[in-house]
Amino acid sequence: MSARDDILSAVRLATGGGAALGRSAVARAFDERLAKPTANLIPERGKGTPAELLVRFIAESEAAAATVARVAGRSGIPAAVADYLAAHGLPRRVRAAPALKDVPWPEGIGIAVDYGKADADTPVGLSCAVSGIAETGTLVLPSGPATPTTLNYLPDVHIVVLETASIVGSYEDAWSRFREEAAGGDFMPRTVNWITGPSRSADIELILLLGVHGPRRLHILLLDGQDA
Amino acid sequence: MDATSHRFRDNARHALANGRLKESLASFTKTFPEKRQKVIDRLPEFDALRDEGVRIKNHVLANLDFYLERFEAKATAAGAQIHWCRDAAEARETVLSICRAAGARTVTKSKSMIGEEIAINEFLESNGVRPVETDLGEYIIQVRGESPSHILVPAIHLKGPDIAQTFREKHTALPPGRALDEPEAILREARTVLRGEFLAADVGLTGANMLVAETGSIVVVTNEGNADLVMSLPKVHVAVASLEKVVPTLEDAATILRLLARSATGQDITAYTTFATGPKRPGDPDGPDEFHIVLLDNGRTAMLGGEFRDMLRCIRCGACLNHCPVYAGIGGHAYGWVYSGPMGSVLTPSLLGAHQADDLPNASTFCGKCEQVCPMRIPLPTMMRHLRERQFTTGGPAAKGRGALKVWAFFARRPALYRRATALAIGALAFLGGGRGRFRRLPLTSAWTGPRDLPAPQGRTFQALWAERRRRKP
Repeated sequence: MSARDDILSAVRLATGGGAALGRSAVARAFDERLAKPTANLIPERGKGTPAELLVRFIAESEAAAATVARVAGRSGIPAAVADYLAAHGLPRRVRAAPALKDVPWPEGIGIAVDYGKADADTPVGLSCAVSGIAETGTLVLPSGPATPTTLNYLPDVHIVVLETASIVGSYEDAWSRFREEAAGGDFMPRTVNWITGPSRSADIELILLLGVHGPRRLHILLLDGQDA
Repeated sequence: MDATSHRFRDNARHALANGRLKESLASFTKTFPEKRQKVIDRLPEFDALRDEGVRIKNHVLANLDFYLERFEAKATAAGAQIHWCRDAAEARETVLSICRAAGARTVTKSKSMIGEEIAINEFLESNGVRPVETDLGEYIIQVRGESPSHILVPAIHLKGPDIAQTFREKHTALPPGRALDEPEAILREARTVLRGEFLAADVGLTGANMLVAETGSIVVVTNEGNADLVMSLPKVHVAVASLEKVVPTLEDAATILRLLARSATGQDITAYTTFATGPKRPGDPDGPDEFHIVLLDNGRTAMLGGEFRDMLRCIRCGACLNHCPVYAGIGGHAYGWVYSGPMGSVLTPSLLGAHQADDLPNASTFCGKCEQVCPMRIPLPTMMRHLRERQFTTGGPAAKGRGALKVWAFFARRPALYRRATALAIGALAFLGGGRGRFRRLPLTSAWTGPRDLPAPQGRTFQALWAERRRRKP
């Protein structure tokens, strides 16, 4: 017998074998759940009016050591990036997600911008989140042709664009948005990264240090409108 | 790693004599419970979420074959390759053959307890493939040739200067005079060295915190971001996971994620939680070309059918370690294998087999704190009691007390005799030890009198005193 058959029959034996009797009911219930996703208990902190969720998202992400700046619209992104890099004396070299190609970078802003996945020496990554989860201040970043994953991890500085309108209450709300977008098809990209604050470790004497393998800084640009 | 669980007594004795270890453990068994309590105080629904977590896991375990098959079907449809492995040897061979097919010389690893369980590092190394741990703590202990002493903070037994010295010995290409006094400097050095490894690796090896049947995704959580570099830079990604990691839906995963980091490190959520589904898609600029998932039994199906099924709910948060007075005294190494603390005391005997870890379930005060904090409400003390009972019938160390218990039972069933015998014994002891009020040594009690004195009785039994008291106060 193959290892697969061996293991599955051992599981069936251990779960009473006769589970097969109720199995069609389990399968039916599961398929119904998939067709009409139902959430388990969602804590209160994952619920609220859009205004409440916005306040909570900012508070929670800052508690996780991220920083947040409000930006009027997409055309405000270059100035906001420039301000942030200048304020912290960071390199003015940005690798952006191709999804942000429509952002107009003014000639004289003094920042070198290119697009694509990150390299080992990319100092600043600029990517975009599809949701922000208020419950824990978590950003949701799916991979895709225009949204490389490595931008989220290789650079020392990670700047993320998030539309205020994309802030949801709970993890479940974030999944609902994926499902709505896919309209019944397979909705999972190769990877979905939930990011809450910068990279950290307490492996040396329990002292909290930022920027172990991922970014040392996580800066969120909250876009309040489609454009200014 | 070679298990030394059968030498628990010696291991524990050495650990107790290690002053530096004591210091580390003291700070950590204080910090983690405090942090956990703080985040739970912010989430009034925590206990209700625990109930939901238990319900989800129990439902999966009762229908494990169904959810595993569904997971397999979805993961395969997404382009992942599933490898079923009965035991550690099969899993090791599978990982090695994937590495060989990829022509791999270097494998980057993100911390995985299953990786430790199947001892993959030693095996790869002896077959010419170099595994590199990338979790900071795991890297430190790998370089030192040690094993993890805690499932979350593997290098908890070390201090900054220990690590600095190790780095000086290992990273010989760097200037010998460099400053490594600050933890920050140690971190920078590890980041730089490991950056090179991430980029050069041919295969990335991770564990999985969960498998989602709905989508065929694996879920991996870290705080450092190392798992994501391991999963997205090399051309091949291998995830090793034991069977019980499967959950039905993304909503169920969300519920368990609300419990995991809070119970583990006292965070609301870890910095990085990643759902990985199949290899690189057409048009994707990054990600692995191949994605393999090793589904490992290694004793789980045997547990599923027996009295330790509840243990399979464990999500490896480490809360039971962090709150355990025995773990706080001796640390993780003394347990002699991958899993330590209360969860290790139940898992290790189940996975390694009878009489390989007999002392572990006996090393408990039964204070019950582990069960109290377990997000999955696993009845750890009850299970340790089961293991002790099993030793009673099969002749483990717990059975040593059998003769004494028989003597006690003889008297206990004869109250009049019991009263007289105890009065006699207590009187004799009071007479012998009365002068100093304590005994330094006494026959048959060396386990007690080794490290401390035994107080001498005051001359009369409790029953006698109680009877007198009742007579005085009608």
